[in-house]
Amino acid sequence: MFAMLFSLLLEATGSVSVMGAAIGAGLAAIGAGLGIGKIGGSAMEGIARQPEAAGRIQTAMLIIAALIEAVALFAAVICLLVATA
Amino acid sequence: MDLSHHMMRSIIKKVFLATALIVSSLVGAQAQEHAHEGEAHAKQEGEAHATKEKFNVGDMIMHHIKDDHGWELAHGVTIPLPVILYSKEQGLEVFSSARLAHGAVYNGYKNVHGKIHRVNEAGADDHEAKFYNFSITKNVASLLLSAVIMLLLFSAVSRGYAKNKGKAPKGVQSMLEPIILFVRDEIAKPSIGPKYTKYLPYLLTLFFFILVNNLLGLLPGAANLTGNITVTLVLAVITFIIVTFSGNKHYWMHILKPTGVPVALLPIMIPVEIVGVFMKPLSLMIRLFANITAGHIIILSLLGLIFMANNMGGMGTSVAISPVVLFFTLFLNLIELLVAFLQAFIFTLLTAMYIGSVVEDHHEADHGIGFEGTTSELG
Repeated sequence: MFAMLFSLLLEATGSVSVMGAAIGAGLAAIGAGLGIGKIGGSAMEGIARQPEAAGRIQTAMLIIAALIEAVALFAAVICLLVATA
Repeated sequence: MDLSHHMMRSIIKKVFLATALIVSSLVGAQAQEHAHEGEAHAKQEGEAHATKEKFNVGDMIMHHIKDDHGWELAHGVTIPLPVILYSKEQGLEVFSSARLAHGAVYNGYKNVHGKIHRVNEAGADDHEAKFYNFSITKNVASLLLSAVIMLLLFSAVSRGYAKNKGKAPKGVQSMLEPIILFVRDEIAKPSIGPKYTKYLPYLLTLFFFILVNNLLGLLPGAANLTGNITVTLVLAVITFIIVTFSGNKHYWMHILKPTGVPVALLPIMIPVEIVGVFMKPLSLMIRLFANITAGHIIILSLLGLIFMANNMGGMGTSVAISPVVLFFTLFLNLIELLVAFLQAFIFTLLTAMYIGSVVEDHHEADHGIGFEGTTSELG
């Protein structure tokens, strides 16, 4: 099963390094999705409890989301470099 | 208040910044390393043309997001741009990029995938030759265009401000004044604190430079300027210089001798703090570059699906999936509009926060959110 998946991926991407880059980009997206999802969810809860603080919560949410996004983008850029090198 | 004064200064700074950017993109971009791939590419291209090129989505995307000599608005419609080269042997040479179109060799130069190579008489790459490339490329042209747009916009705003003093704003002034006030009241004031006036011109310049170029980049046929890592590098370096030279005693002491940290931990803490000083601008650079480039890649690969369908299933398939693809592309373009604003906002906000963290007096950190201490007028 795993071997089949591997060979299928290899077929689609052409080389092992490009396949690794593709998997890496996917993993980075999963991580960033979990992180930003958690931030967004918590911000929603916060705003629901205290609607008058919505503006400030939004600013804080954006800052922290940007920090997490930066890590994911580092990963994405590295994957891009691996794939195009 | 003295907003018009700020605006004048911001315009002056803008000219300054634009000049700095042009100079850096000219010099920094290309002391022309010669890639070894020249010949292989030329051969591949020859073969591709021979067999009525099959569409390759990767090549198409890279062609669109990379810088190039000559501005290709649509397939076959290219505005030639000046190529300016300098080498010790041949001196300064200026000619139109149209002379290098379709792999033509001119004066011993050849354009290989947007990069100018020196070739010898046999037509092969000359790796020994050293020359400097100061050309007005597509990105530089786009930069100049955005500088002109911003100068026109902001001189109109500042004239309007002087004319309508004490009255309601008019025309383009009423479009931009809320954004300027937003940058001042929501970004500069809460993040930097009372010393914000000194940094406001830079923050406004940064915000509008990124915003205008992000929006220009979304137009069809436009250059991918803020998705070029040299441009974001220059922005990040300017931020780094401003942050470093604004640092007060508390900031440097916090790095070199953090209070309340056991002496045994200092060998770990100090290197981490020093790495942090450089990571901040680095993350600014990568964030803007990757966000804008990723947006362009996604839109282009979606549009590329149509042509890939043509490769696989012929004309019928590509026509059948076009409406779906167009819908998704439209949707993503709208998201990119949001991202264009968001990235300008985030870059400016983080810059303001970094400045705020180095100019603040001891232990008043509220990181611009203003839950305690400072109160925002609009909060």
